[in-house]
Amino acid sequence: MKLIFELSKPGRGNKVLTPYQTTLNLNPTAEVPAVEIPAAFRRSSAPRLPEVSENDLSRHYNALARRSFGVCDGFYPLGSCTMKYNPKINEVIANLFKFTDIHPLQPKHTVSGCQTVYALAEKYLCGITGMDAMTFQPAAGAHGEFTGILLIKAYHDSRGDYARKKVIVPDSAHGTNPATAAMCGYEVCSIPSTPDGMVDLDALRAAVGPDTAALMLTNPNTIGKIDKNILEITKIVHDAGGLCYYDGANLNAVMGVARPGDMGFDVCHLNLHKTFSTPHGGGGPGSGAVGCKNILKPFLPGSAIGGGGGEQSVGQVKMFFGNFLVVLRALAYLMTLGNSGVREAAQTAVLNANYMKAKMEEAGYVCAYPGICMHEFVLDLSQLKKETGVSALDVAKSMLDHGIHPPTMYFPLIVHEALMFEPTETESRETIDEACAVMAEILKTAKEDPEACHTAPHHTVIGRPDETKAARHPVVRYDFNS
Amino acid sequence: MSSYLCSTPEERQAMLEVLGMKSMDDLYVDVPEEVMIKGPLNLPAPKSELDIRRTMESLAEHNTRFHTILRGAGAERHYIPAAVSRITSNEIFVTAYTPYQAEVSQGVLQSIFEFQTMMCELTGMDVSNASVYDGGTAAAEAVAMCKERKRTKVLVSETTHPDALAVIKTYCYGSNTEVITVPAKDGVTDLEALKSLLGEDSACFYVQQPNFFGMLEDCDALGEAVHAAGAKYIMGVNPATLGVLKSPREYGADIAVGEAQPLGMPLSWGGPYLGFMTCTTAMMRKLPGRIVGETTDDKGERAFVLTMQAREQHIRREKASSNICSNQALCALTASVYLAEMGPAGLAEVGNQCYAKAHYLASELCKIEGVELVFPGEFFHEFVTTLPDTYRVLCALEKKGILGGLRLREGVLWCVTEYCTKADLDEAVAVIKEAYGK
Amino acid sequence: MNFPADLKYAKSHEWVRQEGDTYVIGLTDFAQDELGDIVFVNLPQEGDAVSAGEAFSDVESVKAVSDVLSPVSGTVVAVNEELMDDPAKVNSDPYGAWFIKVENVSDVEELLDAAAYEAHCAAEKE
Repeated sequence: MKLIFELSKPGRGNKVLTPYQTTLNLNPTAEVPAVEIPAAFRRSSAPRLPEVSENDLSRHYNALARRSFGVCDGFYPLGSCTMKYNPKINEVIANLFKFTDIHPLQPKHTVSGCQTVYALAEKYLCGITGMDAMTFQPAAGAHGEFTGILLIKAYHDSRGDYARKKVIVPDSAHGTNPATAAMCGYEVCSIPSTPDGMVDLDALRAAVGPDTAALMLTNPNTIGKIDKNILEITKIVHDAGGLCYYDGANLNAVMGVARPGDMGFDVCHLNLHKTFSTPHGGGGPGSGAVGCKNILKPFLPGSAIGGGGGEQSVGQVKMFFGNFLVVLRALAYLMTLGNSGVREAAQTAVLNANYMKAKMEEAGYVCAYPGICMHEFVLDLSQLKKETGVSALDVAKSMLDHGIHPPTMYFPLIVHEALMFEPTETESRETIDEACAVMAEILKTAKEDPEACHTAPHHTVIGRPDETKAARHPVVRYDFNS
Repeated sequence: MSSYLCSTPEERQAMLEVLGMKSMDDLYVDVPEEVMIKGPLNLPAPKSELDIRRTMESLAEHNTRFHTILRGAGAERHYIPAAVSRITSNEIFVTAYTPYQAEVSQGVLQSIFEFQTMMCELTGMDVSNASVYDGGTAAAEAVAMCKERKRTKVLVSETTHPDALAVIKTYCYGSNTEVITVPAKDGVTDLEALKSLLGEDSACFYVQQPNFFGMLEDCDALGEAVHAAGAKYIMGVNPATLGVLKSPREYGADIAVGEAQPLGMPLSWGGPYLGFMTCTTAMMRKLPGRIVGETTDDKGERAFVLTMQAREQHIRREKASSNICSNQALCALTASVYLAEMGPAGLAEVGNQCYAKAHYLASELCKIEGVELVFPGEFFHEFVTTLPDTYRVLCALEKKGILGGLRLREGVLWCVTEYCTKADLDEAVAVIKEAYGK
Repeated sequence: MNFPADLKYAKSHEWVRQEGDTYVIGLTDFAQDELGDIVFVNLPQEGDAVSAGEAFSDVESVKAVSDVLSPVSGTVVAVNEELMDDPAKVNSDPYGAWFIKVENVSDVEELLDAAAYEAHCAAEKE
């Protein structure tokens, strides 16, 4: 399909503003006098922005929407991403003018509604996580990790404990964990997982010491298992003088059931765009709220211009106060679910995952780890690949032809040919049954006609793109001379 | 209440039976007893949609919405065309995930490719990423792109937005990088001070155009000095001004970043906003975050993909230059639709009106005794004035539904956009005069 | 798979050609085959110091990145800039696509001859 620049014709466009000169000509007293921007500051040529009619614009973006896939289009069991339903009422609330048309630097007494939203969200989320305080400044999960690890750094620095230079990360961790530790100036110490996917306690004991700043852990972990030894794990780290960071990516399995604060974690981030139903928007905006225990509270960030940070504050990670409208949606969701609904949502997410896992095993797939899973599970397709040549990628691409968004591929790294499914609580039994039937059919195709899987998808708007070409010779903007 | 679940309690019980379980508790047998929550959660009882709507509307009523806003400082009220909110609220755009599966994400990918192109056009730079969290984090990430083994010190102008400066400092605290603030003189960066602070260990210099005080910096001279010292030149720009103002490329910038909230995003008490990052081809591989590239599919048709992914955290892990994974895709879409709706003429109109109206307000304010411009140079659509009895005057404005300028140490920082009419500005001036009893 | 007899090899899959006092270093045929389509090569700058056993470069494929280790310690005197524009050359002509030339060499890792390296690769493949 055409790019918007290819629809552009000089002189087309829309009359959004009355040209200032027009008003001036008609009625000089109705408009401010003309002032020329000094030539030294004027640009030499106009940016080549599209010149399109509003009708063409509307059709262009509708065509783009049709070439995209949202939760509203079908099952989206993308592991670790918690693609649950995004309630409509939250969108309506986030579009109220008295929330959207509020300047971040208005006097405090004119924004008490916004402040109450934060206060309530903090109270409820502290209740769910077992933390004592919370900041909503971070804009995403990775941003929350960065903030959380900086709190830990500021804590050690405040005690003059500069010897703590290492952050321990299990090898099953999301890539953001080691990347975050490195951004905070720490050396990353990767420790292996046991064969059943848990933290290796002996390896952890061997790794901790006076140079340990923190342990970063996802629990339930990235294979969808809760670590039974969690209290022992956090104790080992604390005994060595380190602090424990909880990556909240998988909180959906245990919200209302168990709390990171009670597991011994000192700080955690929450992905409000996963666990608390705010939409992903094609990749953002999200919110990576960070909760912490009292020992880290003095270091929470604030705004240089808007206030909020204490004397020992680590500083600031984003302009102003964070993604307010995202927090607002999450609060509406929390209040809708209420004290009983939060737990019910987590339980149903875990039920759906275990049900789907059982159905997949029935269909002939191999799970990487046996036993009860939490909100997600990982299939290991290495046997299938050996037997038929059909890879996890081929299976994922085959799913596209059936209107199902593929699961997360090739993660965690400790499982080869991994496919990670997270059905979430907002899917019906029928949807899961249908998806499992599709998976059974794909398995059959893989064995009978592997080529059909290698060349999938067959019914999407494009076939498999040439990623090597894209990376070798990057074309990252439209060429107006083409 | 349903918690948005799709199954009835009876259906769930039946699913448990399939698993050979009796109750939901059986799902959590691996969770240590000691960490299980006992007793009720610290949350109110579930609410119906109508109750939620009433509760939230009443919270909103506790906020004051001003009919005239003369305050900016990093968040500006511009007019948002109807097409922008209608098009970007499309449910598919709203509920899609990151476009990892290119075959079913061509729409999102193409919209980002178009966004990247528009940002390159505005800034004159070669490459843009798919966006980052906001203008402050864009500045901090830009600074991180410039560090080299022997060039480790970061210079930032004192005329930078205080929040952006704080974000840069916080990121640099993380990476153990020294930040040196270059002093200002007459509301703009002191060129001589910059020259004396630049050295062989300087990684980069960051300056905002227009700067925090609304002043137009001599970015040609600053850029020359920075490049003469062999450091990288980063400019923070306001995209709403780039329909008329000289592009960062024309000033010789290596990296241009900024806050794109003025391109169709509401004020929203500070977020979500939109950070953009653009740079020269030479620095492309250091650019963090997602980047969309054009390629072909297996039939040779045009296709878009996330590209150069080996730069990113999910592959490079601790060696990645940033941990960022997401962008602000829906906000980037908003900016694209805004720019396409406005077109080059519309964006230039925005710039010209901001400039003319701000200069009108400045001249009217300066007719009042005791009110004068604090800095002598050229400004764009923000400016700092003295304002005797500041608190009382701002309160008088507030009573009339006008959000006056922002009180700073240096004076009061005003901002005027195309959203204000001449009548709005005249009203504000009249209220101030009245407050002074004139 | 090609294992030219006139080269020496590191176990980490780099080849070395000694030209007088200059050591020319690249990535072996086996390595490029394992990595798949190479899309970008990150190279050091002339004048940089390299240490035996430590990474001096990395190569990117679409979904992976791998370090390239230096078999010698010394100073980089030349860098094959051509690889920046044409990384595919590492796949198509691994022994022509040299990465760096090193002089002032103070230390050389223990290197294998072609036969020993071929056996090493065969063992690794198992």
